[in-house]
Amino acid sequence: MAVEEYWAPATLSDALERLRGGDVTILAGGTDLMPQSHAGRVTLARGLLNVRRVPELRGIEAADGGVRIGALCTMSELMRDPLVREHFGILAEACDHFASDQLRNAATLGGNVCNASPAGDTLVPLLVLDAEAELASKPDGRVQFRRVPLSAFFSGPGRTARAPDELLCAIRLPRPPAGFVGRFYKAGLRPALDISAISIGIGGVPGGRALGQARVAYGAVAPVPMRARRTEQALEGAVLDAATVERVAAIARDEVRPIDDVRASAWYRRELVFNMTRRMLGDVAHA
Amino acid sequence: MAVTLSLTVNGKAVNATVDPRTLLVELLRNQLGLTGTHVGCDTGQCGACTVHVDGRAVKSCNLLAAQANGAVVVTIEGLAAADGTMHPMQAAFKECHGLQCGFCTTGMVMSAIDLVNRHPKASEATIREELEGNLCRCTGYHNIVKAVAQGAAAMAK
Repeated sequence: MAVEEYWAPATLSDALERLRGGDVTILAGGTDLMPQSHAGRVTLARGLLNVRRVPELRGIEAADGGVRIGALCTMSELMRDPLVREHFGILAEACDHFASDQLRNAATLGGNVCNASPAGDTLVPLLVLDAEAELASKPDGRVQFRRVPLSAFFSGPGRTARAPDELLCAIRLPRPPAGFVGRFYKAGLRPALDISAISIGIGGVPGGRALGQARVAYGAVAPVPMRARRTEQALEGAVLDAATVERVAAIARDEVRPIDDVRASAWYRRELVFNMTRRMLGDVAHA
Repeated sequence: MAVTLSLTVNGKAVNATVDPRTLLVELLRNQLGLTGTHVGCDTGQCGACTVHVDGRAVKSCNLLAAQANGAVVVTIEGLAAADGTMHPMQAAFKECHGLQCGFCTTGMVMSAIDLVNRHPKASEATIREELEGNLCRCTGYHNIVKAVAQGAAAMAK
């Protein structure tokens, strides 16, 4: 179907008004939407809503002790931002693994989150960083906001808790605890422009050969990017000797729920989860 | 439904009317006749369609023309001086024979200029890593990397 309306509103209120009207496709960077719609996998709605001019969706700023990242921030902006690099390094690391430079210059964080691919590169680090989604809507003439923890935001491949009349305005990250260290790993067939076979994010506060306040997340091993709560519990207070690292990695292998697809078999994904979790925990224990 | 756009392309003000689904590369090639920007894969992989939007390299097959409304766009045709003198990066590609069939070349040159702007003294390893978004179907990468290094040195002068 042809796109019959195109809007590029300059205010959040106007953008939300358009969304409330229904039958709208939201356009931000377009780097996923364009190839998907050209390939026929996504059908553009009657109205195309370009949100680039909405000021509330821009900027990276300190907020509530952490940071508020506007949904329109590109991967390039994130990986160069001093605040992100200093306190949320695992996110900058994932952005560096994202596609290639030309796509990092256009692709937005909000787009990666709302696409809700189980393999979305930024989603694993955002889960490790306890991110929250800031959503806006205008149900009765007034702009309203709500926040949803990212761990409750994804409901299936391409599906999220965002209602059709809501716009993702920002991602909020609380300041990690003192001494927090995070590491990201992405397994793909080539370093660039590849969709990951699996990805892993591990964060926590290393000390005494243990990883305190451990947070572990996996991508491309379940219908949604997932926090691995059982693996985290097994890490809590455990001294990371070789046997313990092996035991925790085996728990992670059991906790993920991968499928066979064109990029990897479920068996291979579980083996990757086991081997790379073991290697990353070994590195963290000696950090 | 048509969208009216005003943008700057290669230093000239351009007004265009497009269907909302028109890609930036379609505007450049079909309406403006700037066929130096190529379409290789049409899926954001190959980088042949690389142009500069507001000074940064992007893949023009992945963006709508409407997204470039108000932007400053530079294509391969906008690099040479008015008297035809090639941009130092174009000259380096010619001198180093940084091309075989030539299909990827314009995208390579546009990416190379962006990478040198960000890494003026890029090492060979950095050049190879930064060109990850551009594919050469002739696999002529070795001379391309040499050309980018020589172009970087020339741009620094």
